[in-house]
Amino acid sequence: MTTISIDQVSRWFGNVVAVNDVSMTIGPGVTGLLGPNGAGKSTLIHMMSGFLPPSSGSVTLDGVQVWKNQQAYRQIGLVPEREAMYDFLTGHEFVLANAELHGLPDPGAAAQRALATVEMEYAQDRKVTTYSKGMKQRVKMASALVHDPDVLLLDEPFNGMDPRQRMHLMELLRRFGADGRTVLFSSHILEEVEQLARHIEVVVAGRHAASGDFRKIRRLMTDRPHRYLVRSSDDRKLAAALIADASTAGIELDWTEKALRIQAIDFYRFTELVPRVAKEAGIRLHTVSPADESLESVFSYLVTSAR
Amino acid sequence: MNMTVARLTVRGLLGRRRGLLLLAVPALLLVLSVVIRAAVGQDESTTVNILGTLALGTLVPLLGLIAGTGAIGPEIDDGSIIYLLAKPLPRWKIIITKLVVAIGCTVVFAAVPTYLAGVILFGNFENLALAYGIGALIAGVAYSSIFLLFGVITRHAVVVGLMYSLLWESIVGNFVSGAKTLSVQQWALSVARKIADPGVVSSSVHLPTAVPLLIVVTLGATAFAAVRLSRLTLASEE
Repeated sequence: MTTISIDQVSRWFGNVVAVNDVSMTIGPGVTGLLGPNGAGKSTLIHMMSGFLPPSSGSVTLDGVQVWKNQQAYRQIGLVPEREAMYDFLTGHEFVLANAELHGLPDPGAAAQRALATVEMEYAQDRKVTTYSKGMKQRVKMASALVHDPDVLLLDEPFNGMDPRQRMHLMELLRRFGADGRTVLFSSHILEEVEQLARHIEVVVAGRHAASGDFRKIRRLMTDRPHRYLVRSSDDRKLAAALIADASTAGIELDWTEKALRIQAIDFYRFTELVPRVAKEAGIRLHTVSPADESLESVFSYLVTSAR
Repeated sequence: MNMTVARLTVRGLLGRRRGLLLLAVPALLLVLSVVIRAAVGQDESTTVNILGTLALGTLVPLLGLIAGTGAIGPEIDDGSIIYLLAKPLPRWKIIITKLVVAIGCTVVFAAVPTYLAGVILFGNFENLALAYGIGALIAGVAYSSIFLLFGVITRHAVVVGLMYSLLWESIVGNFVSGAKTLSVQQWALSVARKIADPGVVSSSVHLPTAVPLLIVVTLGATAFAAVRLSRLTLASEE
């Protein structure tokens, strides 16, 4: 049972603040680190894996500082985002080298076991250069598992994987989580995180935006005000009818777009309201489109609401 | 020393095109020596010229540059060094191992060829071949440690290394005599001068100055490289 503690951590690069006063505790089980690209997920993982000192605050593993503490790697298995590995080696040679570098008593057996876990034995004697992205990811995984670590840190592990490889890796991570290991992976895709993680930490623009199980995060994401762009045969009449209902918070007539900009606060009621009102008033709807469904806007809503 | 690190470093250095380059440069020196010996015959001043300028002045720094920066630079560049660093392995051990590999390369591909070139050109009269061979060995050690340090601290290690060996040692040294005091090549020459018969090899640095400087630079560069490696951060790609 190992716990990673991030306590009031900030990290800046020159004038750029990558991580801003983040505190979180990551315990056994699978945790998803969710956030858009550039949110500071990698920076956090680099600090947790001892490859970056926090500018302020502390990052500890069971109370022991990670930065400049090489002994921590007995407990940590790291799957970096970058693809580069010693690709002049075969998969087996690569995993074996990792086992040797850990100083394991029987590196050969450990390498074999790790390769079996990720089901890469069939290609273990091929050079890493010949591997597909998913295969490389699995060999990286094997190299991180070879010393049977308590903590597994994975930076965007599903990037570039096909659905079958994704399923396989998810299954693997679920198993590790169930074994009582502390597994943390980063992703910018909510569905990915939702499927796998019991616990989700959301970071946006370097800030810790939300924390909780996936139901809570999902609710936070659907409860926000939704913006819609609506065009109809009679915008003014439709606007009047819609504003009477409690599910709308504001409506604007956009003259240049010749459309209505509507802010809805009750998502489900609003989606049901629009067609009903239009039908009753005899208005034809030409366009009903969500104006801010991008992940970025969902995330930025979370940040502002977290403050 | 860590054998796994050594194995990975050797395979990284000798694999790909770098291995061919390491082999081609000394081969060129040996071929040239054979041609010159055939054309000029056994001649002391030609030998001193070839061994001084081509071997010690060019081959050794070049090999030191390829081996020293190549032993660690590419891994830091592409990020694969993370697999060495994310291990319960003291960082100084990684540096020492890589230094030993780099030195080994300069011995095999620079010091030994320098000695052989000397023998081809002049036999071992006046201890000339041995003197330059030992000089190349010592310079190789110093260059390896300096260029290994460059490989750790800058992404432009090869350029910085070339600037040092070409600009500082060759060009600046020719105009500003003081610059020669801080020249690996001159330090190595002063050792060679001691080994060869008196008056054959010349160096602008005295041995009591050269030896401490060699030791300080080699140990200092190695220690600094170890410190810097233990503080190596991964730049965020975000």
